[in-house]
Amino acid sequence: MIPAPFGYKRPGTLAEALALLREHGEDARLLSGGHSLLPLLKARLARPGVLIDIARIPGLSGITETAGGLRIGALTTHHEVEASPLVREACPLLAEAAGRIGDVQVRNRGTIGGSAAHADPASDYPAALLALEAALVASSPDGTRSIPAAGFFTGPYESALKPGEILTAVEVPSPPRGSGEAYLKAAQQASGFAVCGVAALVVPGPGGTIASARVGVTGVAAPAYRARKTEEALAGKPASPDALRRAAALAAEGVEPLDDFYASADFRRQLARVYAERALAEALRRAKG
Amino acid sequence: MNISLCINGQSRAFDAEPRTLLVHLLRDEAGLTGTHIACETSVCGACTVLLDGKAVKSCTVLAVQAEGSEITTIEGLAPGGKLHPLQEQFWEKHGLQCGYCTPGMILAAWQLLERRPDPSEEEIRHGIEGNLCRCTGYQHIVDAIQAAAAQMGGKR
Ligand SMILES: Cc1cc2nc3c(=O)[nH]c(=O)nc-3n(C[C@H](O)[C@H](O)[C@H](O)COP(=O)(O)OP(=O)(O)OC[C@H]3O[C@@H](n4cnc5c(N)ncnc54)[C@H](O)[C@@H]3O)c2cc1C
Ligand code: FES
Ligand code: FES
Repeated sequence: MIPAPFGYKRPGTLAEALALLREHGEDARLLSGGHSLLPLLKARLARPGVLIDIARIPGLSGITETAGGLRIGALTTHHEVEASPLVREACPLLAEAAGRIGDVQVRNRGTIGGSAAHADPASDYPAALLALEAALVASSPDGTRSIPAAGFFTGPYESALKPGEILTAVEVPSPPRGSGEAYLKAAQQASGFAVCGVAALVVPGPGGTIASARVGVTGVAAPAYRARKTEEALAGKPASPDALRRAAALAAEGVEPLDDFYASADFRRQLARVYAERALAEALRRAKG
Repeated sequence: MNISLCINGQSRAFDAEPRTLLVHLLRDEAGLTGTHIACETSVCGACTVLLDGKAVKSCTVLAVQAEGSEITTIEGLAPGGKLHPLQEQFWEKHGLQCGYCTPGMILAAWQLLERRPDPSEEEIRHGIEGNLCRCTGYQHIVDAIQAAAAQMGGKR
């Protein structure tokens, strides 16, 4: 399995990368970790004329604290996110999701920016980014814009990124005080991708209630989504197992589940309910703990 | 394109097309056939090498992406023929049968022990998740990694 020939550029700065992208237009593909793109090239499902390797551009990787939370450079690898004490402390949900991606070798190469840009409906990060209300920062020759995760994933392998834009960072606001988080996943046996992944963030309220909850679901439908009906059913309710179960039963309400070789639409709907219930219960347990 | 790599401590220069996969460069140009190719589709881990100290599947890395990097292949784990504790323990504990998966398995295990010098059985199984073995049923591999961890006493 050898890719078709292509040209290769390794710009030294973001400005150079943007200029190359403009110059080559549709014929170019950005290359970060290559763990979505190289398999496509090898299978000749993609045949770009030029690869623009941005993996070494300084300033696009690493994790820093900001006034409102964390800034994670687009080139930060899944392993770096998984292992980061900052991420584990500030938004453990994201570290947990990163740690469930593929395997060690994949996590050593794949990047958060590449994963988001690729927008694979079976990828793990979208659920976490939705539940954390993260924003994706994109640069173009015209400037920089910040796209909320809720508007970023638009379809299978489709995002709100425009041609010519490069993702530079993911910004994750600090979750509300006292909240608990969890990411749970039913993985495809062979590839490890998510058949269903649920990210839950629960904010406990007074007197054993739930003040609010956020639930991101990936793998079940395309694009990944917030299970708003589940969230609404929990707001202000007692944090009882029964209430969680009733709310989680709505986790696939109003979506059209994927139906493929790995799981039927009905099975995915059922997985969404079961994993939403478990993720909510785990998030609540951690909030209390 | 010119590609310079430091492979198992030796600086090497190659002329290769950008589409050349690292695994092909290592096997066909550098002559290091210890790195195996099996699935070619990023799932089996047979082609695992260390790229700047990180385990990667070399069928899913372009040689040009590795430009200027340090590569360690299975050959590099036994300089002068002295086996690494992982190699010794795969031998002792029967961590291989046909041996096809072994180079990749050992380098994935190397990565695990570098990050977790004293792993539990569960951590070992998690650490070699990206490597498939069709022969051993994994138990002897897990035993070998555990024994190597003990032999190394926390050092790599
Ligand atoms: C065996 C295997 C198992 C996997 N299992 C999982 C899994 O369980 N869960 C999961 O979520 N993922 C999984 N993945 C995918 C993996 O997480 C990829 O690393 C990730 O999807 C893509 O990141 P990358 O840096 O490798 O991107 P690349 O492959 O380099 O790029 C992917 C796409 O995004 C574009 N792009 C890259 N960077 C940017 C940027 N900064 N701005 C704009 N566009 C950009 C590229 O042009 C390309 O179209 C798996 C991959 C493999 C090979
Ligand atoms: S040959 Fe590279 S992962 Fe199987
Ligand atoms: S020993 Fe034969 S594949 Fe592992």
